[in-house]
Amino acid sequence: MSSEQLTNQATDIAKNAAVLAQQAADFTMQVHQYVAPAGAAAPFFVTGLTVFVLACFVGYYVVWRVTPALHSPLMAVTNAISSVIIVGALIAVGLSDNASSKAMGFLAVVLASVNIFGGFIVTRRMLQMFSKKKK
Amino acid sequence: MSLTLSMFSYLVSSVCCIMALRGLSGPNTAKGGLYFGIGGMALAIVTTLVMPGMQSFPLILLGVALGGAIGAGIAIKIEMTALPQLVAAFHSLVGLAAVMIAGAAFGNPEAYRIGEPGSIHTGSLVEMSLGVAIGAITFTGSIIAFGKLQGIIPGKPVTFKGQHFVNACLGAALLALIILLCLAQSAIVFWAIVAVALLLGVLMIIPIGGADMPVIVSMLNSYSGWAAAGIGFTLQNNLLIIVGALVGASGAILSYIMCKGMNRSFFNVILGGFGGEAAGGTAAAVSEKPVKIGSADDAAFILKNAATVVIVPGYGMAVAQAQHALREMADQLKKHGVKVRYAIHPVAGRMPGHMNVLLAEANVPYDDVLELEDINRDFALTDVAFVIGANDITNPAAKKDPASPIYGMPILDVESAGTVLFVKRSLGSGYAGIDNELFFYDNTMMLLGDAKKMCEGIIKALEHA
Repeated sequence: MSSEQLTNQATDIAKNAAVLAQQAADFTMQVHQYVAPAGAAAPFFVTGLTVFVLACFVGYYVVWRVTPALHSPLMAVTNAISSVIIVGALIAVGLSDNASSKAMGFLAVVLASVNIFGGFIVTRRMLQMFSKKKK
Repeated sequence: MSLTLSMFSYLVSSVCCIMALRGLSGPNTAKGGLYFGIGGMALAIVTTLVMPGMQSFPLILLGVALGGAIGAGIAIKIEMTALPQLVAAFHSLVGLAAVMIAGAAFGNPEAYRIGEPGSIHTGSLVEMSLGVAIGAITFTGSIIAFGKLQGIIPGKPVTFKGQHFVNACLGAALLALIILLCLAQSAIVFWAIVAVALLLGVLMIIPIGGADMPVIVSMLNSYSGWAAAGIGFTLQNNLLIIVGALVGASGAILSYIMCKGMNRSFFNVILGGFGGEAAGGTAAAVSEKPVKIGSADDAAFILKNAATVVIVPGYGMAVAQAQHALREMADQLKKHGVKVRYAIHPVAGRMPGHMNVLLAEANVPYDDVLELEDINRDFALTDVAFVIGANDITNPAAKKDPASPIYGMPILDVESAGTVLFVKRSLGSGYAGIDNELFFYDNTMMLLGDAKKMCEGIIKALEHA
């Protein structure tokens, strides 16, 4: 085998290796493309929407099972738990560094607290009426 | 607390809220459900407070104490008859709180990790503006509903020419402003959205009559949930999204049940103007017919000699606060060996389940109170139907007269009972503004007067008998 043949073969192998490397790189890219959306980089909106739609279904089935006699307490208790937006208000007061956001957050904390306490207490009063004469 | 841990505890809190609603499937489990709700709420608040970087604890404590004291004070004092307006007032607070939180997030987006002032992510802007718009509509809409239920604003529908056109224009303007906000991100546009939505809330509810308030109160309940979910998307918080969706679904189902109880479509109610205009020429014509008018003594005699009595309560009972006197009357009748039951129409009163709560307050046994579909067939076998403060929900025109505005609405078939005793303040029409031909039936006896006084009169007569 002449030295020329050897050189040619070496060049071919080098070329093949380069092609393989390129293919491997492409493959890695593709893998990244498929894997990325499922990982931490997924936009919150999609996750949030999934949760939202599923929660709507849960709500639908749970609420249809509520007996009509308890529809008033249902309204009062849903009113109370919708004040869970107090979470957003707490963040506004506790984490904001501008005064107007803090002030608005404070007002929201007060309003939501009225609702939480008022809503739960009124629900309790109603339910007590329903349970006391159950002999 | 790490982010993973706090997300986990938000999940626990969401499950607690689902359990709270699940508990309401029966009166025995309801209280347990309530404690789940309270626990879930407490967990959510604590989880938020221990987030890294939280400051201003004295201010937060002051806010919670102030709000809590006001809320508890109102809830302990409130009369059960004033429940519908209380719930409406509470909805308005949720709406305003949602507006305030969105405002705070817009002014200080770093705190919520949704971008920098002036360059908030477009997705967050859309969610935020939807949340703030629904919140603002809930706020003013609930205030109008509260005013109508409390009697501050006339319960009659307020209509003007081109009303729907104005509302449609406002809706379109709202949409345009949201798009503009995404492009320009200016604070003026943000507050313009709030202003337009506030106005829209007023105009949407003002044309709706008092009798349609059960639908409206449930609808606003639903809106307060959607507003919370909108804020949840902005804050990227699953707890808010889940609870918002639950509340939204609950309100929507209640509105649906109420609409079905009146055989009207949701849009028919929303477009408003129902009631008030129908009472016209026919009123004079029918009132010529003879009406049998009885006294408390006559009623006591008829009731005592009956074997079965079905009581049909309506909003008038709530207004007269007659539930306690009514229950005493029923107790007297039971002593005389009469079988007494109660029939509840889905839209009786001013909010879903209103009558059930009032009867429960008066200690009426839970098993004596029946829903429309459970008792309607029994009226034919009933000796006396005792209608107290109800009107439209017993009107046979709903079955017979296709021209009647309430035609097709399911009614309680009180006319098939042996005798109908109708307690009413006057012979006037009900909230729907329609005459009730039942007043002129041969087997009907009108008991004109205040519902509570009439019940007390009957009790006295029964005691002497």
